[in-house]
Amino acid sequence: MRKDESKLFHNVDRWTIFIYILLVFMGWLNIYAAVYNEEHSNILDMSQKYGKQLLWIGGAAFLAVLILIIDAGFYTVFAYVFYGFLLLACIAVPFIGRPIKGSKSWFGFGGFGVQPAEFMKFATNLALAKFLSNVNLGDWKTSNFRLKLSSIIRNYKNVLITCAIIFIPALVIKQLQDETGLAIVFVAFIVVMFREGLSINFILIGFLAVALMVMALLLNNLYVFIGIAGVAVLWFLFSRKKVRNIVIICICTLASFALVWGTDYIYDHLEDHQKIRIDSYLGRSRADLKGVDFNVNQSKIAIGSGGFTGKGYLKGTQTKYNFVPEQDTDFIFCTVGEEWGFLGSAFVILLQLSLMIRLLFLSERQRSPFSRIYGYGVASILFFHLTVNIGMTIGMMPVIGIPLPFFSYGGSSLWSFTILLFIFIKLDSQRLLILR
Amino acid sequence: MSGNQLSNRMYYIAGFFILVALIYIGRLFYIQNIDDSYKEAADQNAFRRLTDYPPRGFVFDRNGKKLVVNEPSNDLMVIPIDVKGCDTMALCKILEIDKETFVKRILKAKYVNGPRKSSIFEKALTVEMYAKLQEKIFRFNGFFFQKRSVRLYPKKIAAHLLGYVGEVSKEKAKKDPYYNEGDYIGISGIERSYEEILRGQKGVRIVLVDVHNQEKEQYMGGKKDTAGISGIGIICTIDADLQEYGEKLMAGKKGSIVAIEPSTGEILCMVSSPTYDPNLTVGNKRGETFAKMYQDTLYNPLYNRATQATYPPGSIFKLIDALVGQNDGVLQVSTVYPCAHGYPPMGGKPACHGHPAANLTSSIQYSCNSYYSYVFRSIVDQRKYPKFKDGYQHWRDAVMSFGVGKKLNSDIPYERSGNVPSIKYYDKVFGLNGWRSNTIVSLGIGQAELLIAPVQMANVMCAIANKGYYYTPHTVRGTITGKPIDKKFSEKNYTIVQNDVYYNNVIEGMQKVVESGTAAASKIKDIVICGKTGTAQNPHGEDHAVFVAFAPRDNPKIAIACIVENAGFGGTWAAPISSLMIEKYIKGKISRPDMEKRMTEADLILGKNVPVVKPHL
Repeated sequence: MRKDESKLFHNVDRWTIFIYILLVFMGWLNIYAAVYNEEHSNILDMSQKYGKQLLWIGGAAFLAVLILIIDAGFYTVFAYVFYGFLLLACIAVPFIGRPIKGSKSWFGFGGFGVQPAEFMKFATNLALAKFLSNVNLGDWKTSNFRLKLSSIIRNYKNVLITCAIIFIPALVIKQLQDETGLAIVFVAFIVVMFREGLSINFILIGFLAVALMVMALLLNNLYVFIGIAGVAVLWFLFSRKKVRNIVIICICTLASFALVWGTDYIYDHLEDHQKIRIDSYLGRSRADLKGVDFNVNQSKIAIGSGGFTGKGYLKGTQTKYNFVPEQDTDFIFCTVGEEWGFLGSAFVILLQLSLMIRLLFLSERQRSPFSRIYGYGVASILFFHLTVNIGMTIGMMPVIGIPLPFFSYGGSSLWSFTILLFIFIKLDSQRLLILR
Repeated sequence: MSGNQLSNRMYYIAGFFILVALIYIGRLFYIQNIDDSYKEAADQNAFRRLTDYPPRGFVFDRNGKKLVVNEPSNDLMVIPIDVKGCDTMALCKILEIDKETFVKRILKAKYVNGPRKSSIFEKALTVEMYAKLQEKIFRFNGFFFQKRSVRLYPKKIAAHLLGYVGEVSKEKAKKDPYYNEGDYIGISGIERSYEEILRGQKGVRIVLVDVHNQEKEQYMGGKKDTAGISGIGIICTIDADLQEYGEKLMAGKKGSIVAIEPSTGEILCMVSSPTYDPNLTVGNKRGETFAKMYQDTLYNPLYNRATQATYPPGSIFKLIDALVGQNDGVLQVSTVYPCAHGYPPMGGKPACHGHPAANLTSSIQYSCNSYYSYVFRSIVDQRKYPKFKDGYQHWRDAVMSFGVGKKLNSDIPYERSGNVPSIKYYDKVFGLNGWRSNTIVSLGIGQAELLIAPVQMANVMCAIANKGYYYTPHTVRGTITGKPIDKKFSEKNYTIVQNDVYYNNVIEGMQKVVESGTAAASKIKDIVICGKTGTAQNPHGEDHAVFVAFAPRDNPKIAIACIVENAGFGGTWAAPISSLMIEKYIKGKISRPDMEKRMTEADLILGKNVPVVKPHL
């Protein structure tokens, strides 16, 4: 027994590793197709992106092995240390980092750059798992509700701390580094909170808030206000006339008004290019195919022209002749869509989905809450990336620059996903040893 | 909540993941398998169908001289939707246009052909522009070159006959799958009539371009490409020297000359004056030139008077009356009718000029109006037809068998039919019983509502020269590969009069016209010309001078009709010009240089160098 346990791949989940390798390999083939030109057709050419990606893949393999060698206890013990260290790095990078293409999120090491924000994902996930493994977000009761600040804090203390763990890094990345794509990913942790007992009401309220914000942008504010007031009156009429209920109704109504007004206020103070993006997503813009919509339109053309079976590897005209911008990174899915067609793109989605479902399944079989929570975090982050990235290429999501896991070109993202995933694989492999 | 209950939440989460994945797969299925617009857009992005325009066939004259050849040229094409990030300023500078024009042209291209189709941005680039553009074309997204060959007219003659080439109309492009918008097509003249022979067969080259609009490779290695097939050359019937000489003679005059070889129906020359240099219809100044010519109401150079202008034929029509009259037996060579400076039964109308008493021959020689008023009425009112309207119908049919008042169906586009009034027409004008033969007696002398085009007049001469038949006049002999022309051009069209004696009687008179009659000044020593002068009444001003003739009398080589507008009597201008043309064609040189000089230099339009000639009646 002891002998087996010391082996590197003892008890690791082979399905997960198999899907991971398959995705990375397919990603690399598609990067080759996206960058392909006849002058540099050697797939191992290190001066080209597919050559460099091979180096990144090698690095990722090294990291994966390293993670599997280290005892799982290391990650639980040092969870907050990772979190604190990377948070500091995220704060420091705008000041001491090396600007790459105008972005302030990079540390430079020789010829390569690394984005600490990418690694913030797994660190946050670790910290979150560590914190939530000792508390239950669902142990508050509505009946305990008191209109006292102290009771609110006591009731919601854990939720608030959880939110702080999640959203402080997001705020830092958004505000200091101006990387919307990297910051918005942290929203994915809401799924973890939900699994750990967060009331469904919070999520419904969240959806309601988003719906109100969209309405605030699309409709005349007066109608939205009238609508809110109408709902409030109905709610009042059909609820028991207690002081507490009336106060709740008033607070909700006022909060809704504030939200609608605030949304408009923020929108008005956005910069033009951000406004155009939002307008474009809400379908409000004039069909300006040269600006923001250009990328999405070209992307849809590339994918849509793939047909059922695709045009064949290296035969995509849109891919080969660079009609889609950023096709090796954020728009890598276009290459899949055009050259492999519906079969290929559906396969990639199903493959990614199967990885996530597998992770959910593995998470549920963990004995330790830490491992379970961490596993949900991995699945949620992968899901969020997949949803936003592919949604953007087929015109169902706004254009936010986030990579497709394991596919998009880039060392930081590949390494960060690898670390994220393999820590869980390691945790899972030792699930029987100790109850953490 | 217990942990067990919470673990149920996995199913909600997994369900949510699966739901999103299914929505995306559904969406992919829609855009990849159902909505075809993306495939079209992708082709539009990456495919360029470059048309390989073959050179048009050359046109030669009857002696093998080149009339129309080709010259290589490049058009700058644009696909409006691709014009983004284009260095507009640099492009404008090379083309020597301002930004406004640039925007206007792009808008026009968008409007006319649609934003995704290629339109011509600048036609027929100059060599200099082409060289400059070629260096920088990669910076001008959405622009590319289209090689073409354009027409070149080495002799600068026969603009109306040869016609010109221009962009195909939108309607035609829609109807005929061969043409795409922006293609060239023969618009008039031979270019139009023989378009299908001259144009050849277009080829297509499909290439793939990248986002910078640079050609990357051939589609399927060129397997789907087709090579263009050159157009076939055409030999036309005109004599370049004669045509050139005719245009020289007609310079400064409005009118036309049509000459036909009677034994074949081949048109030897077709001059319409004022004319223009056909080279003006080519090149990037073409639009301007055409606008100018359209607006030129004084010279009206685009108007082909040889086929589109119709005139009252005047006295030349008497020849037909004389033939029909003899054929009906109501007129003999010896028939003499009185003339009292006019037609006596109608109180001296139509009027006539003083001349000796006339029989058939001398009636032609002196062009007696009274005589042919009698002849006309004797035909219409002959006893065979108790109702005079039947007599009139008979006269009309007989006259029309000479190829007047109807389209000849030649190969010249936009031919006019002219007019020989119908019974219906007169019933309408005068009422059912309101007219008699004397009401319309001026038809007999070629006036009233009669209208005949110059080419029809020349054709009447062919019918008389051939003594009873004519070939449909045509401008093309065949292709250089020996493919014969339309069969209908080698079929004889017979007139109603089929008796050589009647023709000889008339021809005798026509010979006298030139020897000692109304066109005596135009006789040539060694060539027997048979002709007839005429004056086409013009209610808008000075009458038009008409002369028709054929020569030589035996074995005729050329039949000719000449109209000089506003030149008065036919003997003064039309007859000398015709005789010079005949001499030029038959002898190849001119024996009367002073007459040639007088005719060439006179400018009747502006009234310059017009010699005072005594009226020759």
